Amino acid sequence: MAGTGKVHMRGTEALVSVEDLVMEFPAGRRAVVHAVSGISFDILEGETLGLVGESGCGKSTTGRAMMQLPSPTAGSVRFDGVEMTELSKEDLRRTRTRMQMIFQDPISSLNPRRKVKDIVAEGLSIWHNDAGDTAVQKVNEVLDAVGLDPEVVSDRRPHQFSGGQCQRICIARALVLDPKVIICDEPVSALDVSVQAQILNLLEEMKERYGLTLVFIAHDLAVVKNVSDRVVVMYLGKVCEVAGPDTLYAHPAHPYTDVLLASIPEPDPDHPVSDRQITGELPSPINPPSGCRFRTRCEKVQDLCSEEEPELREIAPDHYVACHFPNEVPVSVNGDGDSS
Amino acid sequence: MAAERPLLEVENLRTYFDTPRGILKAVDGVSFTLDKGETIGIVGESGSGKSVLVRSIMNILTSNAIIPDGSEVFFDGKDTRNLSRSEAKHFWGTQMAMIFQDPMTSLNPVKKVGIQITESIRYHLGASKQEAMERALELMVQVGIPEPRKRLKEYPHQLSGGMRQRVTIAIALACNPKLLIADEPTTALDVTVQKQILDLLASLQEELGMAMILITHDLGVVAGRARRIGVMYAGKMVETADTTTLFHHMNHPYTEALFKSIPRVEHQSHTRLDAISGRPPDMVLDLVGCRFAPRCRYAQEQCITDEPDLFDTGQTGHRQACFYPVGSPENAEALAANQATGITAAGLDLTAAAVS
Ligand SMILES: Nc1ncnc2c1ncn2[C@@H]1O[C@H](COP(=O)(O)OP(=O)(O)OP(=O)(O)O)[C@@H](O)[C@H]1O
Ligand SMILES: Nc1ncnc2c1ncn2[C@@H]1O[C@H](COP(=O)(O)OP(=O)(O)O)[C@@H](O)[C@H]1O
Ligand code: SF4
Ligand code: SF4
Ligand SMILES: [Mg+2]
Ligand SMILES: [Mg+2]
Repeated sequence: MAGTGKVHMRGTEALVSVEDLVMEFPAGRRAVVHAVSGISFDILEGETLGLVGESGCGKSTTGRAMMQLPSPTAGSVRFDGVEMTELSKEDLRRTRTRMQMIFQDPISSLNPRRKVKDIVAEGLSIWHNDAGDTAVQKVNEVLDAVGLDPEVVSDRRPHQFSGGQCQRICIARALVLDPKVIICDEPVSALDVSVQAQILNLLEEMKERYGLTLVFIAHDLAVVKNVSDRVVVMYLGKVCEVAGPDTLYAHPAHPYTDVLLASIPEPDPDHPVSDRQITGELPSPINPPSGCRFRTRCEKVQDLCSEEEPELREIAPDHYVACHFPNEVPVSVNGDGDSS
Repeated sequence: MAAERPLLEVENLRTYFDTPRGILKAVDGVSFTLDKGETIGIVGESGSGKSVLVRSIMNILTSNAIIPDGSEVFFDGKDTRNLSRSEAKHFWGTQMAMIFQDPMTSLNPVKKVGIQITESIRYHLGASKQEAMERALELMVQVGIPEPRKRLKEYPHQLSGGMRQRVTIAIALACNPKLLIADEPTTALDVTVQKQILDLLASLQEELGMAMILITHDLGVVAGRARRIGVMYAGKMVETADTTTLFHHMNHPYTEALFKSIPRVEHQSHTRLDAISGRPPDMVLDLVGCRFAPRCRYAQEQCITDEPDLFDTGQTGHRQACFYPVGSPENAEALAANQATGITAAGLDLTAAAVS
């Protein structure tokens, strides 16, 4: 089966490489949900990779498959030289401490009966048999790092906190194990704009302070752009476009990226609301369209689009698109500054 | 234009709740008017009282609610607080209708979509089963639901979030209300679906001539959609203006802060966001002074002792409640003074402010 291409992979220097990842779920009566259908991407150490696309396109499935929760149907996930899909249960559990995940709904991902200090220390006591003074110290350090006063919050329970504070607790819980990679699955989608800004800033600070590598999943390209060094646009289990965030904004090549950009609400009344709107709904992943999966909703669709799947190709330096008829983009200039 | 009476007049509305912790002042003296066919956006962060405000207007509060004397809501010239329970129930649907953030809260999970739409039509309009079904189909088409006949036979959980919200819009429109209240109708949806729903609401509104109250926590959502905007903070309206004026002459520091916290896609990646530090106050407490003071970069002594009232800025229809409005020389002085000491009169540390 043709994948979506791998020309954008950066080879052995990557900390994480995901190749030809396929995730299928049985859906009764021999039907299969094609949640993720052969996607590839890699992440350099210290980089933030943004994964953007609408609900149901397979972002969370991809994030969970990286953690082997569950292991993918096919494909490879290499993390720091180790093939995650081949690890024994025990090795996998150990490796997972270095790859943590945080979720969209911060409140329900915390055990309501436990105190904040125990929630945050959970991983430590399991992994390092480490319930003593150093553990307390570590818990206090990460709570403080995420902007919570350990003295005030340690003995409280999650229901006493707002959504934004619960997300801070989740971040602290992920940080306590000194992970290399944190996969953030829609960490701000359930939060108010004002709290969202606090959490986005916090993630940037934590990345700096702890030298983290992040995967940042969201449906809003404005949010993804703010924190990412490289963005992968996904649609119905496939990769559409890969580029630096500023390039993607300045020169979107894929028609779906156009739509994602046009959907962002502009806080400017002088800026007319775009008359571009995505038509219809995401097709069922049980029966995805042939050829280009976006063709049922694409303004530029041609006959070729249903006959042949577009492979990812480089159309400008470090700018990749999977479309038979992409937008013109300038070939020489690269819109991104240094992505340090 | 002749001075026609507004469709909705809200005057000094206060809604309190009797809670085990004490009296919670969820809405504390809000006034605004809304003309026929007009859209007002109400913006504020979680807990600022937006939902309680519109629930008070709709008369659908829980039994622990207290509405002190002096609060008034007139709809089409009628005092809605004097409606009997059955009158209120009829009002609901035929005059005003509401859609919610989570469509599942207003849909019954164990009833087919078609039954839910027709029930409402039959109840309010006394239509026959046949007529109601025809109207339901018409509405499904109007709100852009593909394969409406098939969808009418489905349960809510078989629909996507966007489709469910379309169904609740169809139910809301069933009786041609004069006012549609949309309480964060797109907060739980993807940006792409949000765009679809907001476009749908705008076109329906134009077609049907309804007035609309559009509630959101995101100034970006109302910028292109509302003619006027009211910004709420801790139960109070702190700034109101027509949309263009509000964006060009933001006066209240809270409005400014809400605006600045939005990540802008046109900004370079890794641009640090101007987050608002801290949290809104606990509204069970007796709040003295300006409620925004603990989080405000400009706060001075006066802000801690005196409560600013809403007053006219000089621009028509623009009112705001701040002693040191953004853009004024007093504001620049206040900021300079605070920056010089590194701390505001309310104790906000300006050097570390962005994190917590
Ligand atoms: N029935 C109730 N009993 C007691 N307190 C209530 C009740 N309903 C709301 N409140 C309180 O009133 C305040 C305002 O709530 P409201 O739901 O109006 O906020 P909101 O601005 O709509 O916020 P959100 O963005 O969370 O929807 C909150 O402090 C809330 O906890
Ligand atoms: N455990 C599962 N069983 C069956 N289908 C699933 C399962 N997990 C996800 N899916 C389906 O896979 C597709 C991708 O889902 P998801 O990764 O959650 O998307 P996103 O995170 O982009 O919203 C969806 O159609 C979803 O319903
Ligand atoms: S390949 Fe065809 S259908 Fe797919 S995005 Fe490009 S133009 Fe549209
Ligand atoms: S300057 Fe004073 S009155 Fe104005 S918002 Fe800040 S604290 Fe309130
Ligand atoms: Mg998801
Ligand atoms: Mg609300």
